[in-house]
Amino acid sequence: MTLERSTRDDTLILNVGPQHPSTHGVLRIVLELDGETIVRAEPVIGYLHTGFEKEYERRTYLQAVTLTDRMDYLSTLINNLGYALAVEKLFDLEVPPRARVLRVLLAELTRINSHLVWLGTTALELGAMSVFLYCMRERELIMDLNEMISGARMMTSYIRPGGLTMDIPEGFIGKVEEFLRLMPCRIQEYEDLLRDNELWIERNRGIGVLPAETALALGVTGPILRASGVAWDLRKAMPYSGYEEYDFDICVQTDADCYARYRVRVDEMRESLKIIRQALDRLPDGPVVTDDRKVAPPPRHELALSMEALIHHFKLFTEGMKPPAGEVYAAVESPRGELGFYVVSDGSGKPYRIHVRAPSFANLQVLAAIAPGHLVADLIAITASLDPVMGDVDR
Amino acid sequence: MGVAGNGRPAQAVPLQLHQGAPRSGALGLLLTKVANWGRKSSLWPMTFGLACCAIEMMAASASRYDLARFGAEVFRASPRQADLMIVSGRVARKMAPVLRQLYDQMPEPKWVIAMGDCASCGGVFSNYTIVQGVDRIVPVDIYVPGCPPRPEALIEAIVKLQEKIARGEPSAAEQARLAAAAVRAGV
Repeated sequence: MTLERSTRDDTLILNVGPQHPSTHGVLRIVLELDGETIVRAEPVIGYLHTGFEKEYERRTYLQAVTLTDRMDYLSTLINNLGYALAVEKLFDLEVPPRARVLRVLLAELTRINSHLVWLGTTALELGAMSVFLYCMRERELIMDLNEMISGARMMTSYIRPGGLTMDIPEGFIGKVEEFLRLMPCRIQEYEDLLRDNELWIERNRGIGVLPAETALALGVTGPILRASGVAWDLRKAMPYSGYEEYDFDICVQTDADCYARYRVRVDEMRESLKIIRQALDRLPDGPVVTDDRKVAPPPRHELALSMEALIHHFKLFTEGMKPPAGEVYAAVESPRGELGFYVVSDGSGKPYRIHVRAPSFANLQVLAAIAPGHLVADLIAITASLDPVMGDVDR
Repeated sequence: MGVAGNGRPAQAVPLQLHQGAPRSGALGLLLTKVANWGRKSSLWPMTFGLACCAIEMMAASASRYDLARFGAEVFRASPRQADLMIVSGRVARKMAPVLRQLYDQMPEPKWVIAMGDCASCGGVFSNYTIVQGVDRIVPVDIYVPGCPPRPEALIEAIVKLQEKIARGEPSAAEQARLAAAAVRAGV
């Protein structure tokens, strides 16, 4: 393979991964080194290829929700949301207002969860173990909330085409309120540990600078793009699920280095808290699932009374929902950037084709552009700052 | 020591203190017991995160679940320093040879936990790319169901493994080796 051959006489090829303590999953990087300086860095992917897009084709639209969870396993509910929006677009369906608000609330909780894991693991890789322990402590609070609504900690499959699986349980709002009270000072705690920490700054500032034009040319989205000074956030640019009604800022930094990416993500956690607060304040009463019986099953008490409801229920769970033939693209802002679902329907109960525009996949390719010129140790900081989730990259 | 089926030389096994049936004599028995107690009390897992389950594995070692209470929190980045491989997630065909190589690099005695449905049997992915159970590549000691299993489930698996070691049962690796030797001997 030419990948593993030096381009010069005096360089060394070093293989990093796919099993490596600091690669954020099974990412392999082939480095060409001149001394300790990186001349070339090529990410090699596919070590977690799961065949999701093929798997979708043999699932009904409802069953496919469970697969979306497992792609980018740090932003499960946002994956659910992106897929649900795409299917609803096929049906040209509106979900009830309560479901829309709850979706936003859950998506922002998920964003905080993902950024917490990012912050914890990145700090761990750069040698700050205590930050990891603090971040995982707060992550458990979000896991508790996930467990309340769906029974599962990670793979919730809670947001489905047509609305939500079921209404939030009693006590959920109180728990979220508690989380909102607690979280600002906890974020401050991470900041106290890292923000002015000399070691953290040395490892991150000026490392992996990604100019805005390179970022745009390579299709980078999410916090990495915003850290390069481009104020692009799908929640503002192409609002979905009612994001246009919320008051929040796009977090932008201009330094474009690893430190800027850290700043953007921490600021985003604070913005997410703002959005959750607003969602709680405006949470309307009402149903959380559409009354379109071709998409969502009828409530259980109707089954005993109405023959029609029983037939709907039977048809829905034997044949599945059948969107009209056509193709749609729906995108959401995941913690890593633009997560898009391109769904093709042939009018049957199973999707004809689903392609996923995975943010990590596009973001990861900048590694080859920004790593050269840095030291080997900086590669860890750069890879971590790109926040690739291999389940999302390889799919 | 012969050559293992895959063409690699089998690793040298220290005969005296090896796990399994107690050696003869009171001293041998005592030594084996002490060795097994030591092994059980300080399992060193390898940092081997694959997919979703790796996040729960991290959670198991972090604040709330604190794997250190059970003496198995020293995650080692190098397989040569580890004696427990926790296969945490789905194994793609491209990853399978890497996994086997890492396993071969671990010193004896060694144990494997298949964490989650994907590692145990392929889980929801029955397709061209996912290995349908990691036991097709390496011998597995403990299977943990769940998608992903809760951190408590992983902790229970580790406790179960510790009990198994304390009882002096041969590891799945040793059983596989004994079975292979029996086949070679024509038994």
